[in-house]
Amino acid sequence: MKSLTDILIRDGLMIALISTGLLIALSAWISNRFTNGKIPGPAIAIFSGLALAYLGGYLTGGSNGLADVGLFSGFALLGGSLLRDFTIVATAMGARFSEMKKAGLPGVLALVLGVVVSFIVGVGLAGLMGYRDAESLATIGAGACTFIVGPVTGSAIGATSEVIALSIAAGVIKSIAVTIATPWAAKSMGLNNPQSAMIYGGLIGTTSGVAAGLAATDPKLVPYGAITATFYTGLGCLLCPSVLYLILRWMLN
Amino acid sequence: MMIYGVAILAACFLMGKVLGEGLGQLIGIDANVGGVGFSMILLIAATQWMHNRRWLTEQFESGVVFWSNLYIPVIVAMSVIQNVKGALSSGVIAILTGIIPTALCFFLVPWLSNLSRANSKEVLQEKENKA
Repeated sequence: MKSLTDILIRDGLMIALISTGLLIALSAWISNRFTNGKIPGPAIAIFSGLALAYLGGYLTGGSNGLADVGLFSGFALLGGSLLRDFTIVATAMGARFSEMKKAGLPGVLALVLGVVVSFIVGVGLAGLMGYRDAESLATIGAGACTFIVGPVTGSAIGATSEVIALSIAAGVIKSIAVTIATPWAAKSMGLNNPQSAMIYGGLIGTTSGVAAGLAATDPKLVPYGAITATFYTGLGCLLCPSVLYLILRWMLN
Repeated sequence: MMIYGVAILAACFLMGKVLGEGLGQLIGIDANVGGVGFSMILLIAATQWMHNRRWLTEQFESGVVFWSNLYIPVIVAMSVIQNVKGALSSGVIAILTGIIPTALCFFLVPWLSNLSRANSKEVLQEKENKA
């Protein structure tokens, strides 16, 4: 029996792939069965992931979540920064600058404002909660953009794993909040034409939330919101660990 | 060939990272300044360039699309290895930063929509005046 556990640990990536597949399947089922699709499957999966990471830390006393449990050590590779950044860069494939031209100046303005406003308010809140170092502040500010911009920024500038975990959680909460609040606030936002959908996509940016929220409001608006939202994560990954982080560092010193 | 797509993706990824590291060293901080963002811009530019020359085949795209479809599973795996136990004590901040900036951006939607509508009206008016 010992040899089987040895194989399972040695080829830990396979266990990680299988567990991730199961976790996502389970989350999709929960999303449909219990929330009527209102909370997107990926959001549930990421939250469950964070819960499992807590369990791992609780069981082992380590700081790498479930990866500290021998059988699940493969998660360190699957969820490590190399594969994460690689797959995120790949998502830029569908985007075309020519598409962005359709959204025009208001679209660009919405994108920049969306990233900068979320970052500033996120930094302000983190500051109120007692964070003082530029790395933690910038990572939490970036987490207010999306659950991708947060960890990408955090590992680029060297934030701690706790702060990165917070930034992921903040981004996931944003995506859920957007999904639920969009149909409800659509009327007061004037969200009933392609132009405002593009501005909305640029300001909010969290792709899964924008798509799900617009689909619940008016499915015809989804592609317009998606045009600008696809650029949001890229712009966030560009601005947060560079200009915005540097300004913050400069202000703190 | 699918591998061409993967190879271009890897090249853009590395160039962006090198650019980010270099920029960090240039301004004297130990950080990758905007690396992933640069990589994404490079990939968009590369595929646009190939698209214009009609070099972009379905096979090539599938090499990149495979990886982009894996991004949610990888993010889920990433969340599994975070130090959540250490973060739990400040969990309130995750809720606040998830909701407050978003609410603010919701308020900006009608404002920016009005601005852009006013702007396009002005442009139209200018055109009319010129005519």
